[in-house]
Amino acid sequence: MDLSEEQMRHMLEQMMRIREFDERAALLMEQARVHGSVHLYCGEEAIAVGVCEALRKDDYITSTHRGHGHLIAKGGDPRRMYAELFAKSTGYNRGKGGSMHMAALDLGIIGANGIVAAGAPIALGVAFASSYQDNGRVTICFFGDGATNEGAFHEAVNMAAILKAPVVFVCENNGYGEWSPTASQTSVSDIADRAAAYDIPGVIVDGMDIMAVHEAATEAISRARSGQGPSLLECKTYRFYDHVGRDFGILKRDEDEVAYWRARDPIVLWQRALVERGLITEQAANAMRDEIVQEMEDAIAWAEQGPDPEPADLWRDVYTETQA
Amino acid sequence: MRTINMTAAIAEAVDQEMSRDDRVFVVGEDVRVGGPFGTDAGLFEKYGGRRVVNTAISELALAGLGVGSAAVGLRPVVEIMIMDFVAVAMDQIVNQMAKMKYMLGGQAVLPIVVTTHAGVDSSSAAQHSGSLEAWFCHVPGLKVVMPTNAYDAKGMMISAIRDDNPVIFISNKRCLQTSCEVPEDAYTVPLGVAEVKRTGSDLTLVATGRMVLDALEAAEDLAADGVSVEVIDPRTLSPLDMESILASVRKTSRAVVAQEAVRFCGLGAEIAATIADECFDFLDAPVKRVGAPFTPVPFAPVLEKDYLPGKASIISAVKDIFGD
Repeated sequence: MDLSEEQMRHMLEQMMRIREFDERAALLMEQARVHGSVHLYCGEEAIAVGVCEALRKDDYITSTHRGHGHLIAKGGDPRRMYAELFAKSTGYNRGKGGSMHMAALDLGIIGANGIVAAGAPIALGVAFASSYQDNGRVTICFFGDGATNEGAFHEAVNMAAILKAPVVFVCENNGYGEWSPTASQTSVSDIADRAAAYDIPGVIVDGMDIMAVHEAATEAISRARSGQGPSLLECKTYRFYDHVGRDFGILKRDEDEVAYWRARDPIVLWQRALVERGLITEQAANAMRDEIVQEMEDAIAWAEQGPDPEPADLWRDVYTETQA
Repeated sequence: MRTINMTAAIAEAVDQEMSRDDRVFVVGEDVRVGGPFGTDAGLFEKYGGRRVVNTAISELALAGLGVGSAAVGLRPVVEIMIMDFVAVAMDQIVNQMAKMKYMLGGQAVLPIVVTTHAGVDSSSAAQHSGSLEAWFCHVPGLKVVMPTNAYDAKGMMISAIRDDNPVIFISNKRCLQTSCEVPEDAYTVPLGVAEVKRTGSDLTLVATGRMVLDALEAAEDLAADGVSVEVIDPRTLSPLDMESILASVRKTSRAVVAQEAVRFCGLGAEIAATIADECFDFLDAPVKRVGAPFTPVPFAPVLEKDYLPGKASIISAVKDIFGD
């Protein structure tokens, strides 16, 4: 593992950025200041950051309805993300996508998706293009445990394996598919076992341990980049909040279960590890968090005062004008 | 000039675009052996497996492969062998391909051709005989084309490949077998432009797909009875060249719309309603529609013959209008 001390601190900072972004997104949704639904990534930060820190800048990701963390980890600007939640034309999607469709193609972020598992066939296509163009890029396909019960997932993984497409399938198994426990909807207890059906590596990782995620991702990415095809990484994690927002009100979870996972907060764990190694002090970590809080408050203020889409935008971008 | 059939014309169009632009590739089931209809004949031998990608029987994944690869700069020609099979691929075509540009605020350009083969074909029964063009005409973001002769098919396939939007390219199976004069060099037939296939003064007959062949035969018979019929083939169903149709109806004052698809909720209903809306003052009779009955396509030849609309049903509709 050749991570610099600076990069290890940066990983803490990125996880904090995601957490503070989504805590505020939740509040804005509760206050009805932003529009639509917000699916919170809180608790799963080590996965997006651990994986994306192993990528090159020109690599690609596809994301999910729970996608804010992936965007930030791949370099997304919280100001433009908040602007999208506020449905402003300064948002990444000019206010026409919202939380579930955020994308930034210039950053290699092909997009969040409102259809479970739909990112898998798209990631296959992006990765296929990298092989076709021989550009050495890798695509990360993020998805939840629930997505592995969709046909799209299985079709895409099989075809990626056949084509040896440079894609890594990263499953965020947070124990719940929408409002139902994973065990009630999934035939295997380890999603990684499903890799065997496609003769690709299936690896189980502690999704609360950013180093474990980073190491496994690094290996899978290197395998993909060298033409050996896809892998499936299952990161065991937990959704600190509800499927939608912090508390939608229909799901009662066991308090001990929540407490167990809360005690394994990936940000707390990583901060403690850095302090123990003498790479950061408690005070410096707190100052880092304070700065990020300020960055988020500034981003919200900037985003909220942005311009709404123009009426004519209703008709814009349905089709592309073809240049002959 | 040499005469070739529509199957050969399509294969030639794809070949010429592949040799012109390395970003163009073909992906689908059994394309390696030219496809069951021969619309990919010779391509694998000429371009090899990098650009003629033979896939698993996975319509959803291969449509997604089209979306992902187009989003990062390729120009895929995705083949769905039989039109009924598009049902398997619908999420990627309708929720991803069609909406992506709009949802992403214009970031994505998706030059994709989805090519497929439609229509009743000697006891292919209910899952291999569909004419499902109306499904796609109902989806903003898609273009839908259905050429009916070899000349149009070649020119429109080249236009479709050069178009920067997703284009659903539907070949009716009976039309594929017809031949006409086709230039050897590449040329384009513009999308969104209807063509008057036969001029007339008493009635406008708007026909799509194989109904164009039946309409031309019906017009010949009706001419012998002293009725002068103008036959219009929209060729592109979305965007629909309604202006050409309306101009003809203003001249003839009567209209019949014929389609092979189930009549209820079909494209013909949209065309008839628009004629009634825009040309009410010009009409001497109600607009009549010809289409298939509201049943799945039957297997038994004796039932299939009754199911399929054709020359007789067109003539009967015309005679209704003239009060015979």
